[in-house]
Amino acid sequence: MTGWTRDEMMTIAAARMLWDGCVCFVGIGLPSAACNLARLTYAPDIVLIYESGTIGTRPDVLPLSIGDGELAETAACVVPLPEIFSYYLQGGRVDVGFLGAAQIDRFGNLNSTVIGPYDAPHTRLPGAGGAPEIAAHARQTFVVMKASPRSFVSKLDFYTSAGFLGGGSAREATSARGGGPKAVVTDFGILTPAEDSRELTLTALFPDTTVEAARAAVGWQLALADELEILDPPTPNELATLRALNERTSEAHRRPVELPA
Amino acid sequence: MEHLSLRQAVERFVPSGARVALEGFTHLIPFAAGHEIIRQQRRDLHLIRMTPDLIYDQMIGMGCAARLTFSWGGNPGVGSLHRLRDAVEHGWPRPLELDEHSHAGMAAAYCAGAARLPFGVLRGYVGADLVTVNPAIRSITCPYTGEELATVPAINPDVTILHAQRADRKGNVAIHGIVGAQREAALAATALVVTVEEIVDELPPAMNSVVLPHWLVSAVVHCPGGAYPSYAQGCYARDNSFYQQWDAIARDRASFTEWMERHVLARPDHKSFLASLGEAA
Repeated sequence: MTGWTRDEMMTIAAARMLWDGCVCFVGIGLPSAACNLARLTYAPDIVLIYESGTIGTRPDVLPLSIGDGELAETAACVVPLPEIFSYYLQGGRVDVGFLGAAQIDRFGNLNSTVIGPYDAPHTRLPGAGGAPEIAAHARQTFVVMKASPRSFVSKLDFYTSAGFLGGGSAREATSARGGGPKAVVTDFGILTPAEDSRELTLTALFPDTTVEAARAAVGWQLALADELEILDPPTPNELATLRALNERTSEAHRRPVELPA
Repeated sequence: MEHLSLRQAVERFVPSGARVALEGFTHLIPFAAGHEIIRQQRRDLHLIRMTPDLIYDQMIGMGCAARLTFSWGGNPGVGSLHRLRDAVEHGWPRPLELDEHSHAGMAAAYCAGAARLPFGVLRGYVGADLVTVNPAIRSITCPYTGEELATVPAINPDVTILHAQRADRKGNVAIHGIVGAQREAALAATALVVTVEEIVDELPPAMNSVVLPHWLVSAVVHCPGGAYPSYAQGCYARDNSFYQQWDAIARDRASFTEWMERHVLARPDHKSFLASLGEAA
């Protein structure tokens, strides 16, 4: 198996940040792929929570929605949705929250609500969902999104979920109990917040790209870490596991549904 | 509790202008009931649902709604709800007022509604602009610790409509699988209508699964397949392929209207709707 796509490398880079036994609040799409890849490779005892109320789920195929039957059938338990948000997330029982968004700024704040003014939006996006409280209360969050100057912006159109707000110690002054963004995985590498300013800084590059390409994809003056790590390319096992998972998934999503007569 | 047809239940419990919650988090979404509301041409509804999903996309696109309380308005795993977007971005077919929350905020609002308290409280909306665009989201100082906490007004629908796997003849309702905020939405409402896959003489003992006792239930409607294209655990799976196809159907006003006329308005009931999906165009 040779060659890999940026999407695959993003998923694999996100999966590598998870550890065995960690309790992970999973979103649909790439985060779900990354969490299940971790579970199927080096983190067999990872605990996956989907906001639909399924805890400790072990899906054979990736769900299309956050509440597919596959998640309930393979879960350790299924609890009502208010419990997930108040007892588990707000209660501080989640190690890692995964977030995506349409826009991110240099302090890891996220917009998934509107492009343009709220009352007369150019593009109405799906909205907050679980994100504001995941961003506030997970012990740490990983943000996964593709970079372009339209998505990595100097000023958000709308603040849906808090990262480090205005930077520095601004987040510590709020009622957010979690630590905020630990890393942003994007399609050229990984950004992590600098120690004091909390500004997102390029700390790792994918093996097939350059600092110039990274800078061109970000709408603010991207800071570089003193030591830039070059990430290992996907291993044959990571790629084979991810591709088999994606193949099972697309086959399952095409399967016709039979209604009872 | 009464056993009614879906037509009777909507006639009786869903007048134009009502505050209506069709709950079900991805699972057990009451599609058949939503379609009947469209057929009966209800207008000026205040629709309430955490995730509007395809059913509210359809009701909004058909002009049933004046206001929407929600916390995430997309087609899960696919993308936008195009009819919701068109209503918000262009006022088609009519403007839609938004009362927008996060999931945690809306869950707290349902819990408060079920407990008949005036508001729900949470450590939420931290650094979030939703607080500035939704004046209903406020804050309170904790009388014990002095901490400032977010508050949301209780949600108390005039009617909540759910879909469930089973009811017995007395009207006790059993739900298993993903239960979302159905129980809270049911207990918060003035009236509760439940469509079910099956009506049985006696429910099997169901420890810890959601049972809504008959004296909470206003009406039970026998409606097999009533959650399709969402699903009923143990009865049929979610039609993920249909959710993907909906993106193209709903993207365009004309193709949306044509689909709704052909599959919903031209059909007398849900059975006929389901049969229409297999017919050639």
